[in-house]
Amino acid sequence: MLKIENLYVRVAGKDILKGLSLEIGAGQVHAIMGPNGAGKSTLGNVIAGREGYEVVEGTVQLDGVDLLALEPEQRAAAGVFLAFQYPVEIPGVNNTYFLRTALNAQRKGRGEPELDSMQFLKRVREKLAVLDLKDELLHRAVNEGFSGGEKKRNEIFQLALLEPKLAILDETDSGLDIDALKAVADGVNLMRSPERAFLVITHYQRMLDYIKPDVVHVLADGRIVETGGPELALQLEEHGYAWVKDRIAPGASARA
Amino acid sequence: MSALLDSMSAGFDALPAALVDAQGLGAPRRAALAAVLADGLPGPRSEAWKYTSLRALSARRFTAADAVAEVDPAALADIPPPRLVLVNGQFDAALSNLDGLPDGVELLALSQALQGDDGRAVAVLGRRFDRPDELFARLNGALATDGALLRVAAGVAVATPVHLVFVGVAAAGDLAMHLRHLVELRKDASLTVVEHHVAQGEHRHLANHLVHVHLAGGARLVHARVQDESTGATLLARTDAVLASHSEYRRVDLELGAGLSRHELNVALQGEGAVAIAGGMLLADGRRHLDTRLGVEHQAKNTRCELPWRGLADERGRAVFHGGITIHAGADGSDAALSNKNLLLSDSAEIDTQPVLVIHADEVKAAHGATVGRLDETALFYLRSRGIGLAQARALLIQAFLREPLAVLGDPALAETLGALVTQHLDRKDLSA
Repeated sequence: MLKIENLYVRVAGKDILKGLSLEIGAGQVHAIMGPNGAGKSTLGNVIAGREGYEVVEGTVQLDGVDLLALEPEQRAAAGVFLAFQYPVEIPGVNNTYFLRTALNAQRKGRGEPELDSMQFLKRVREKLAVLDLKDELLHRAVNEGFSGGEKKRNEIFQLALLEPKLAILDETDSGLDIDALKAVADGVNLMRSPERAFLVITHYQRMLDYIKPDVVHVLADGRIVETGGPELALQLEEHGYAWVKDRIAPGASARA
Repeated sequence: MSALLDSMSAGFDALPAALVDAQGLGAPRRAALAAVLADGLPGPRSEAWKYTSLRALSARRFTAADAVAEVDPAALADIPPPRLVLVNGQFDAALSNLDGLPDGVELLALSQALQGDDGRAVAVLGRRFDRPDELFARLNGALATDGALLRVAAGVAVATPVHLVFVGVAAAGDLAMHLRHLVELRKDASLTVVEHHVAQGEHRHLANHLVHVHLAGGARLVHARVQDESTGATLLARTDAVLASHSEYRRVDLELGAGLSRHELNVALQGEGAVAIAGGMLLADGRRHLDTRLGVEHQAKNTRCELPWRGLADERGRAVFHGGITIHAGADGSDAALSNKNLLLSDSAEIDTQPVLVIHADEVKAAHGATVGRLDETALFYLRSRGIGLAQARALLIQAFLREPLAVLGDPALAETLGALVTQHLDRKDLSA
């Protein structure tokens, strides 16, 4: 589903990703782990199309569609969803209005009919019930005054509503206590399906206790240095990231 | 003499003598005109006019409206009664509709009051303005022959909003109109009033409004003003509000149209515990020049003001904001808060903002701040990453930003109606680039 080949990305003149390749099949959950500064968040942002990330070389395709040629909103319509590490507060923009605008913009982008407010609300209620979220969330401005946990749950709620092909979770566990983490993970697990792929970016293994990955990658110094099963995450937890340093291919600058 | 003042003087000479002298106002009218002609137009050194140049205006000539202009009533269909309508500065009885005006509320045109022996016309028109930079108030004193007089009797709470509608319509030439208004709430009365300044077709008239707001003890007024005039129009508005003890004045100004629009909002918090909550937005796009000048005077103990203002300048537009708050000696326990936030969306646009806080009392709480910035890139990306296109994402953020002061009205339905006007304007803008 997602196919990244030999991706080189520069941010503010600095090389961050240095030849990253990654393939995720439909229905799979891949975790990307790695030390701070390895380029984990850069990967998520590049796939979603954030400005300020210069792709020097390489390709990113979703079901054969060249994502790098698309604007962020077109990527969303093509099925990309990025759950932000720091969800943005947007005072004055009502959450329901925002979600409906987003969903209908995507549907329009795909040539599907837009949902009227009744249809939309029906869908919202279904998702709220499934995720065990309160209605009240809808009446507030986007993320405004939300606690850290509420913000992350709102991200997962958006994920549920927008039903993307590829969901990228960027350090969704950061800043969450164990109960909030479980709630978020439950939401994600409900969204797992044979048609959907997940890319879970995290620094810590604990998230993967609740969202079981099919494949774990270790990202260090801009490329994937190790790929394995869920047991790889446990090894990292045990040994820390120091040992991956040794695995960085010769010629790359070691700065784990 | 400038062409502008020359044409104003000619306009005065053209007024029927009986109208000039009605109710003994001839002498103050002549004195006001003489003062303007003697002092001339304020130049760039005048502090009050530093950021709004009158140079281009000084070379223009305006005539007084002589014929009654035709307005398509359908264009006003959205504005429900009770409403008083003035077209090109003249009371239009056919378009006005006072149905539903409750007992205890009087609403009439100044021209009607001048014909009778209604002393209120004198009370408002007889005022003197001493400073040379108050030239439009002086001109108003000399030339105003119409306007709206609105009074609510003591203890009367009016649930239905009253609408004052000022329509500019293209005429043979560029017209000057001078209007004087009075909104008076007696003790413990309450009212919502909405001023609409709208155009039917393109025109380049000059409208000079001076509004007196008198709130007696415990009175509560909600006042919205929507300025959505023709892009060629010049508007010079001034509101002088006087608040007695424990009265409350909530107001919002939407500056959406006109070529040049300047509004001076003066609020005197004269009685203990008086409250003014006045916000607004300046949408300065195209070549629009918008200037809002606040002068809030805390003159009594425990008075409060809250002033949230938003500005936007795009293309070659210019937004000027002066937020003056003075806390007088003895006005202890005063609480003043001013915030002016601005969005600068183009390199050719300009924003000038000047919060000025002068405090002569002890034991006061005062906060003021002004910012100028661009749209938040992170928020834009967040919206776009959810599938919302660039233009729509920008419109969403701008709307949210501009709508913020509407909350001060404390009236969600009215806020929504006014917010929809902002949205309409943004819908017409090209925000894709």
